[in-house]
Amino acid sequence: MRAAALMYGLLGAFALAVPLLGIYPVFMMQLLCFAMFACAYNLLLGFSGMLSFGHAAFFGGAAYATGWLAAMRGWGPGASILAGVGVAALTGLLVGIIAIRRRGIYFAMITLALAQLIYFLCLEAPFTGGENGLQGVPRGALLAVLPLRSDILMYYAVLAAFLLQYAFVHRVVQSPFGHVLKAIRENEIRAVSLGYDVNRYRLLAFVLSAALAGFAGSLKTLVLGFATLSDVQQSTSGEVILMTLLGGTGTFFGPVAGAAIVVTMQEYLSGLVGGWVTVVIGAVFVACVLAFRRGLVGTILERWRQRGAA
Amino acid sequence: MTTIFGIPVAVILGQLVLGLVNGSFYALLSLGVAIIFGLMGVVNFAHGAFYALGAFAALLSLQHLGLNYWAALAAVPLAVGLLGIALERLLLRRLYGLDALYGLLLTFGVALVIEGCLHQYFGATGQSYPVPQALRGVLNLGFMILPIYRAWVILVSVTTCLLAWFLIERTRLGGTLRAATQNAALLQAFGVNVPLLMSLMYGAGVALAAFAGVLSAPVILVSPQMGSSLVIVVFAVVVIGGMGSILGAILSGLSVGLIEGFTKVIYPEASSIVVFLLMALVLVVRPAGLLGRD
Repeated sequence: MRAAALMYGLLGAFALAVPLLGIYPVFMMQLLCFAMFACAYNLLLGFSGMLSFGHAAFFGGAAYATGWLAAMRGWGPGASILAGVGVAALTGLLVGIIAIRRRGIYFAMITLALAQLIYFLCLEAPFTGGENGLQGVPRGALLAVLPLRSDILMYYAVLAAFLLQYAFVHRVVQSPFGHVLKAIRENEIRAVSLGYDVNRYRLLAFVLSAALAGFAGSLKTLVLGFATLSDVQQSTSGEVILMTLLGGTGTFFGPVAGAAIVVTMQEYLSGLVGGWVTVVIGAVFVACVLAFRRGLVGTILERWRQRGAA
Repeated sequence: MTTIFGIPVAVILGQLVLGLVNGSFYALLSLGVAIIFGLMGVVNFAHGAFYALGAFAALLSLQHLGLNYWAALAAVPLAVGLLGIALERLLLRRLYGLDALYGLLLTFGVALVIEGCLHQYFGATGQSYPVPQALRGVLNLGFMILPIYRAWVILVSVTTCLLAWFLIERTRLGGTLRAATQNAALLQAFGVNVPLLMSLMYGAGVALAAFAGVLSAPVILVSPQMGSSLVIVVFAVVVIGGMGSILGAILSGLSVGLIEGFTKVIYPEASSIVVFLLMALVLVVRPAGLLGRD
């Protein structure tokens, strides 16, 4: 545990010092947004045992909503993000009601199909800018006083949002609600026989995860200044699965580590190997599923536990 | 000219034939997905990638080996099927006994690798494959004009699907296959080589995808992305038909194609989403799918 506290301390110091270290802040913000996305996803896959293949719909839906409100309606960052989260939660409710009728593999396929439906809606809707997406979304000023145009200020705002969400996920998982979710994941029939309305818990977990994914998507739009079709594409749904799996499903810090690895890989690899990035991502996927199912953090935690037991 | 709701009948029929052509591909692809899922419990995300691979293999063998359409129709599925067998032996086999979701994730990764490679070698722009000499031209049916190649696609797909259905549901070999889906361990105790059976069936399912790829090459632009969104439609088709039901996959494939064609006539904007709406509707009314057992 002391090692964990040390690790968190070091990471915290690093996160605070990023602007001083000369790391490109936009890159770090992007990394944090995807870390938030992966944490939201992990709430569903890791702690509730549901593999959604359509989370890009919530991430991208919120990205579009926030982008449109901020660019076309002149909403401030707080209100437009809130609206984005609302859109994601509502979409999550609609998708969830249909998808939770089935389990496991069926659930994955249904979320994939419904997300594709949302992708086509975004492609054809008049307010999403079609193939070009929404460009030039202004960051605005937080609470109408703090101008976020400066990358440094924006970075700290994103860092605060990330910490807020991380703590929230932690709190949800440790709450009685979170324990019921884990019980359903482990043995659904038992949970039913104990009197829990399993479908309501699963639906609430789904909506929560969708809303948090939307939070990440909204923030991403403000950071980069655009929302495009790639935000709602199935490849984005695949990426968030890879991040979670690579870092370690069902661990708190795993998705953050996974997001850091995948985003860094995409950033630096595209310069090195160009278009082969997709192939590399695919190969990492295969390797992960075959030989590294616990993920990075999951493997480390297991080592610690074994050492503690010995 | 006869019209219905102000739309010429010939236009409606033309769209319905196009829909049926698409439906033929849906049926062939979802048949393969249903076979693989039914027997191995693997949802083959790489199906769309193998479909694209089939089309590219036909294109390459025409350009470099001078292999004509008819030879490609036989050779390409065989080659891609062998690749599928190798994939099953080397990778998929390690996941049996684990949660079925790992199979989905593994094949998703494989699809990325295949499509990424195709993209690197051929770029994003589509290439066209010539319609074979014997199937060029049109048939004038009096009430509409039917391109011969489209009629050929429908004919071949429906025949192949019916043949596969007959093989699986009505023959001794099919009985063995269905026994393997019910209780693989017991079947193995009776002396049947179940691991070999699984390799062969994965190969056969993948070969069907490649067959659909060759068949589609003359009517579409051959591009690396041609399978990646199609596979999602195919999944929806399989869910509509009922997972694991062979007949359900075939019938819902053809009907989804027809419904899409019809939607193109009355409300074109919705034609790309109607299949997903249909799936949602089926899930609400009959969660197991139209012909699924649960």
